Amino acid sequence: MSKHTINLTVNGKRRTLDVQSNELLIDVLRDRLYLTGTKYGCGIAECGACTVLHGDRSVMSCLVPAVAADGWEITTSEGLAKDGELTPVQESFVNLGAIQCGFCTPGMVVTSTALLRENPDPDEAYVKDYLRGNFCRCTGYVAIVQAVLDAAGKMKGAAAT
Amino acid sequence: MKKNLKLIGNPVPRHDALAKAKGEQLYSDDWVMPNMLYGKVLRSKYPAAILRGIDTSKAEALPGVHAVLTAKDVPHNEDISKFGQMRDVGGGFEGLYKVLATGKIRSKSEAIALVAAETEELCEEACKLIEVDYEPTEGVYDPREALKDGAYLVSSEDASNRIMRSKIECGDIDAAWAQCDAIVEGDYFTTPHEHAYIETEGGMGWLDENGVITLRVGVQVLEHYRTVAKIMGLQHTKVRNMSVPMGGGFGGKEDITVETYLALLVTKTRRPVKMIWSREESLETHAKRHPEYLHYKTGATKDGKILAQEVSIVMDGGSYTYLTPWVQMYSTYAAAGPYNTPNVSIVSESAFTNNTFSSANRGFGGPQVNFAHERQMDKLAQKLGLSPVELRRRNLMHNGDPLPTGFIPQGHNALPELLEKVDKALNASPKPERLPDGRKVGRSIACAHTVYGRLTFMHDSSRVSIRLELDGSVTLRAGVPDLGGGQASSLCQIVAEELGLDITDVHPYIMDTHLTPLSGTTTATRQLYMSGNAALKCAGVMKGRLMETASGILGYPVSNLAMGDHKIYLVNDPAVNIPFVKAVANLSNDGGELETITQFNAPFTEVPDLSNIKGQLNPDLTYTCHGVEVAVDEETGEFEILRIIAAIDAGKMINKNSCEGQVEGGAIYHVFWPTHEDLKWEKGITRANSFSTYIMPTAADVPDVETIILESGGGLGPYGAKGVGEPSDNSIAPAVVNAIRDAIGTDLNLNLMPVTPEKILNAIRGVDMEH
Repeated sequence: MSKHTINLTVNGKRRTLDVQSNELLIDVLRDRLYLTGTKYGCGIAECGACTVLHGDRSVMSCLVPAVAADGWEITTSEGLAKDGELTPVQESFVNLGAIQCGFCTPGMVVTSTALLRENPDPDEAYVKDYLRGNFCRCTGYVAIVQAVLDAAGKMKGAAAT
Repeated sequence: MKKNLKLIGNPVPRHDALAKAKGEQLYSDDWVMPNMLYGKVLRSKYPAAILRGIDTSKAEALPGVHAVLTAKDVPHNEDISKFGQMRDVGGGFEGLYKVLATGKIRSKSEAIALVAAETEELCEEACKLIEVDYEPTEGVYDPREALKDGAYLVSSEDASNRIMRSKIECGDIDAAWAQCDAIVEGDYFTTPHEHAYIETEGGMGWLDENGVITLRVGVQVLEHYRTVAKIMGLQHTKVRNMSVPMGGGFGGKEDITVETYLALLVTKTRRPVKMIWSREESLETHAKRHPEYLHYKTGATKDGKILAQEVSIVMDGGSYTYLTPWVQMYSTYAAAGPYNTPNVSIVSESAFTNNTFSSANRGFGGPQVNFAHERQMDKLAQKLGLSPVELRRRNLMHNGDPLPTGFIPQGHNALPELLEKVDKALNASPKPERLPDGRKVGRSIACAHTVYGRLTFMHDSSRVSIRLELDGSVTLRAGVPDLGGGQASSLCQIVAEELGLDITDVHPYIMDTHLTPLSGTTTATRQLYMSGNAALKCAGVMKGRLMETASGILGYPVSNLAMGDHKIYLVNDPAVNIPFVKAVANLSNDGGELETITQFNAPFTEVPDLSNIKGQLNPDLTYTCHGVEVAVDEETGEFEILRIIAAIDAGKMINKNSCEGQVEGGAIYHVFWPTHEDLKWEKGITRANSFSTYIMPTAADVPDVETIILESGGGLGPYGAKGVGEPSDNSIAPAVVNAIRDAIGTDLNLNLMPVTPEKILNAIRGVDMEH
């Protein structure tokens, strides 16, 4: 097992870390940086609970070797709210009851954030298709899809003013 | 009790929603401690075998390994399984709980040994070094086979594979058939159903400074600490679970998961230990919904009056008893459906097999029989030339009608209204024969009655405490495990309502076995009913004390005063008032009690005679009705769900968001069960042990659930609420399959789950795959 030094920016902070060649990004985030909002649900990129932002794109951190993330700019669920102020996506999730057990929520919120950066004006079918990689077993997705559309509306309104 | 409610029914954000949105909520896997070890379970290589010996020496010699434990290291390796009961029930309801394997291996999920090591990788390495001497045996994987004379015996401890047999009878079933103009008969099979909570089982444990085994494990049943203590040979005071919210439960975290294993490893190593199951281990190991083999025979007069329902049920209990007898009671109780039926015979049997054990899963025995009786209804309607809705309309139970046990449900029965509402919504426009793309359209409606609250012979109770803080805020304490339904938040809402406060003024501290009052299990759709009533009662006691205090200050009798807007005021002149916080201060100054704990008891009954079950088994029922529209592609057998209408009488919504969330989530939790969610069991081996092979709905696979929520006020919970968690998922599965039937026009291949596109395609072509 070889060791590698990697440089990451996580939630706006520069980090230099020595990682093993078999270490995964999810473990670096959870076990080394204590960013436990990124959840383990399956370990093989089938559930979406470990989704983080790589720049503006969503990636499942459980399948990314830490060495491959060298130079990445990563945002986890903890890094979305600035100064404790919820993002429109988080706010809509809270207000519309899109959160039950909350275990899929960080991944859902991160994926929804990537979605709205990619397409600020999605329709319902677009949202549903985009969230295909994130399982939720509690909500039946209704409130989640509504929350994403609600957030899109708020963001558009804010951009227009 | 009609009153103006300010908070009850509002869609308020829950106390924990902010933390969850920000990724700051801590779950079982999010805790670490200095000097912590990792723990792992070695599972059996075979579903059926005789365990001849275990050599752990090589594993123990591996540097970094601190414990390798087998059955001989467990102080009391066997106990009787308990599920948070406050009463010993016995009588065949409680089975063997074995911690680590001895004698016969009963399934692949059997725990052979435990390992604690410095890293997870070392744990895996150590497990590979444990040499287990197995003598593989044939095993038995079908409960119908297991019940036959001379069948392979699953356990070393029992002389038979039978777990329990029970019966409900009324009228004269044999005489009834002669009066029936139409009789339909069918065999049904329901697949094991996986909970698939996104959080796998896990947690951590350590010894506190006084030697108390302390756990941080998210569980639905805090009271398992008693079983852990018994296994360890300790007093109940020496095992504590400072539990944490679960990332979903659905019944799958109702049985003990990692608690005993952590207790053993922590005690042995004297170091903190963390154990998290992989998804694969979770899918292969924890309980499933009981597979059931059902035979139904239903008879009616030509004008559509059901006269007879004969049901036999064989349940696959899997490797250990766990909750099988309880689930069986629910299946048996609900088997005849929510229809007035004068002649009923229901016989159920459960058996051990070498499959993963079966136990609780949302609905708890209800959905299996619901699938069968609702399939029967549509077949009977077809035979009688009636519409399925009309047949149901003519037979639904109304208020005052008895169940087959003779018990008349006390709460309101809104089914007749629910049926009409769903029919109107589903058939608002005439059903097109086909979609423009050529696919055939089918529609169906199914009904259910689902119990809430535990079996009454278990003598269930719940406790909640509240403490008035000197600044006018309120601390609520309840041993309520929160699995995501918003159980704790709803209690805060109730207390805030009663004391005239905002929901943010009441903060919950929950689910610590020894610091919060035991509120009982988060199972059986009981927390709002039980703990909600306890919270209501508790708030009432506090309110009384504060009103007395205010009465003394204001000089008006309590009967003239009211509480609201953080004040206690004169009803006729609200300008005459004192602030809530002032009343608290005065109560405190006068030496009044600022803290109180109250208990709510469910109705109590005696243990029934299983050979002839009569009377009340559960406190009350919640009624649901689901409407489904599907489109079926006749070329491929693929189908798409176009519409889901989910209707329920919630009695009274406490938190609108939470209630709707249950109704929506419940429908989607079950919508793929009859068709997609197949664990692909093969002789005790779970082939579908990942989320790419076990197919659950994603957002893209299902339509928005259209909810219809009635508030009859006719429930036994606070403000007339009924339980909604489990009822929400009942009655959708048969609606899906019956809608497919409606589209393709045949009953072929739709009785044995999973109803796959292949089976649908063959049904269209007239090829019978079920006989």
